[in-house]
Amino acid sequence: MKRFYKSIAAGLIGATAIAAGIAVAAYPEKTINYIIAFGPGGESDISARLQEPYFKKLTGQPVAIQYKAGAGGAAAWSQINSTPGDGYTIIGTNIPHIILQPLQKDVGYKTADIATVYWFHYTPDAIIVTADSPYKTLDDLVAAAKKSPGALTFSGSGTNSANHLAQQRFGKLAGIKTTYIPAKGTGASNAALLGKHVSGAFSYSTVGTQLGTQVRCLAIALEKRHPALPDCPTFKEKGYNLVSGAYRGIGVPNTTPKATQQAVSDLIGKINHDPAFIKAMEDKGFAMVDIGLADMPAFMAEKQKEYEELARDMGITKK
Amino acid sequence: MPGIEFLLAALTPYNIMLAVAGVVAGTMIGALPGLTATMAIAVLIPFTFGMPPASGLIALGAIYTGAIYGGAYSAILLNTPGTPSAIATTFDGYPMAKRGDGDLAVTLACIASVMGGLVGAAFLLMLAPPLARFALAFGPVEYFWLAVFGLSLIASLSEGSLLKGLIGGAAGLLLGTVGLAEVGGDIRYVGDFNALLGGFDVIAALIGLYCVPVLIDLVATPDPHLKLTHQVAGFRLREAASIAWRSRFNLIRSSVIGTLVGILPGAGGSIASLVSYSEARRVAKDPKRFGTGEPDGILATESANNATVGGGFIPTLVLGIPGTPADAVILGALLVQGIRTGPTLFLQQGQIVYTFIYGLFIATVLMLPIGLVIGRYAFKSIVSIPKAMLVPSVAMLTILGSYAVNNNVEQVQQMVMIGIFGWIAARFGFTASPIVLGLILGTIAESGFVQGYLIGNARGQPISEFFTRPISIGIIAFTLLGLAYPLITARKHKRSPSNE
Repeated sequence: MKRFYKSIAAGLIGATAIAAGIAVAAYPEKTINYIIAFGPGGESDISARLQEPYFKKLTGQPVAIQYKAGAGGAAAWSQINSTPGDGYTIIGTNIPHIILQPLQKDVGYKTADIATVYWFHYTPDAIIVTADSPYKTLDDLVAAAKKSPGALTFSGSGTNSANHLAQQRFGKLAGIKTTYIPAKGTGASNAALLGKHVSGAFSYSTVGTQLGTQVRCLAIALEKRHPALPDCPTFKEKGYNLVSGAYRGIGVPNTTPKATQQAVSDLIGKINHDPAFIKAMEDKGFAMVDIGLADMPAFMAEKQKEYEELARDMGITKK
Repeated sequence: MPGIEFLLAALTPYNIMLAVAGVVAGTMIGALPGLTATMAIAVLIPFTFGMPPASGLIALGAIYTGAIYGGAYSAILLNTPGTPSAIATTFDGYPMAKRGDGDLAVTLACIASVMGGLVGAAFLLMLAPPLARFALAFGPVEYFWLAVFGLSLIASLSEGSLLKGLIGGAAGLLLGTVGLAEVGGDIRYVGDFNALLGGFDVIAALIGLYCVPVLIDLVATPDPHLKLTHQVAGFRLREAASIAWRSRFNLIRSSVIGTLVGILPGAGGSIASLVSYSEARRVAKDPKRFGTGEPDGILATESANNATVGGGFIPTLVLGIPGTPADAVILGALLVQGIRTGPTLFLQQGQIVYTFIYGLFIATVLMLPIGLVIGRYAFKSIVSIPKAMLVPSVAMLTILGSYAVNNNVEQVQQMVMIGIFGWIAARFGFTASPIVLGLILGTIAESGFVQGYLIGNARGQPISEFFTRPISIGIIAFTLLGLAYPLITARKHKRSPSNE
């Protein structure tokens, strides 16, 4: 009997899936515009470039990647809802950016205005030191920081960024005080790290894979170790409950009909399950996540709460 | 020569075809004001994904080097730098074009670009790993002083009035503070204009400050844009080559300066060409001729900015840290292709790297014939096109170019506003270059200062951090020397007081 109900349920789910499929069976019929809210060469661009061939492979239609940089992404996000919501304009979205920016100032959009339909990966924060650094483990580093508060310096990408938040959170969890040195992007942070102008970098896991043997990853803010960095322990293993990073997703204009939003979400999800895509992403240090349209409200509510608290603690919310 | 066996691998018909296509495309894009080398590469990158890695890299390197050279055309013929790297090329290039030597100036720029490109590529081939370590020695404090050094050059470059040059530089510094501070996160002078959150864009300012006044003056005066004093027949190659040979030390010195500045991530072609220009001028027998159409000025800036191509690849390939914004895009392409940059790249993937470096040589050499031909057409079309067509087409380009910065109409608005401001300022004797340099160097100086102060503070020596590091002391000494030099020479010659 139980099995009977199960198969009915499965049948119903299948039927709705087919029905939804018919409604938007033709999507996409032409080139999709994929807007990147940053300049070329960054993590958002690289992950979009990795996705690019799969649009063509899975749907027969290409994507056209466009850059609309400015104001840390706000220039593009504040304008996305004035483009037609027909599924042919999609935009890369980022957490914590789309949550923190409206908290700090009126930047022309509110978090709720941004219709993200899928979070497809995140770049976990990580502590990276040079290969010849005296800090062999996270414990060495914490001990040194306890001995001389404020003397350890960490470069990272930007102020009030994911890196900066992680540095502050870790300081609190470990009871240490360190100095954060904001850099203009990950590249500049790497230069400061390799040039030993800082004690280490509070950066992304991608730095650990990209700089290879020049650096050592002391801890990564993931639930489990990253396949491309098997020797790098998680903060959790070391007893610090820090799982954080920058989430990247795909958004659409908020006027886009629900069925089309679902179609975009499904398409990104399909790309995200392609084994070759997963391998290419993980090789570069990205961590895959799959948060589709159905899980979106709960996920956003959780992140909103988390970052609001952090922003309050750091005193960066608007007065 | 390391990896000479890969020269043959680079010399396949396919690679040569890519190099030719890349140089042509790059030169044309670079020549259009606002369309930068970075943009040219970003647009054309998807085409390289289907190619073998070394061939794709050769295509990108060719586009890059072509675009940096192409920036000289509009600098010389329209007084508008096509890319920020060509700012200093306007100083002597446009006066040359004005007096009817535009074709000679374009040919000189071509020879200088090829020379600079070859020197930069040679350094990349021979000395990449040690030079990458040199780049790393530059920390925030050094960048701060480097930017201050660049700002000090405004004083020596100001034609006419020193005071007006300094005021222009200060105005540029102020413009640079607008928007969300990249380092520190403060929001400054934005008011209720969210469009200003990203600050004033350098490219939009460049087009506005240089191009808009030229356009307004073209409309306001009845004279033709450039006078043609002679029959346009050849390339004036022989004449240009003999000038270049006479100035061979200038060429080599400027190429080396360009390479070294190019290695520093975060400095770039605009600083490289400025530094080499002021050096060329400092050692010249008659410095007063600089700024009035002196061929040595073009040779210095164009060799230096093309040398940054090879120089910029050094930290990109050896360390995985992009030397210039264009390198950041290329690095992204490398990552997508699955190439892991880093110290082991030259050993493990020597085939790709050396094939690419030789490909860069080939592309640079090819730039000579290609550049001469395109340059001649550019010159001919600018001088022969009637003003009634020239003005609207350039005006159209300024809008396209500033829109293309971020695919955003806000940069077009900025361009027009800054342009009108620049035109008014020019009527009162304030030139565009100090303003643009203030805008570019101000942000470098600011982040260097903030980071240096934070690091110094963590070490318990926030002030002495800036004055105790050896490279900083060297740059400070250079700055002081540069500022004092006109005074010293003026005293030595006991001539009329220097007007700089």
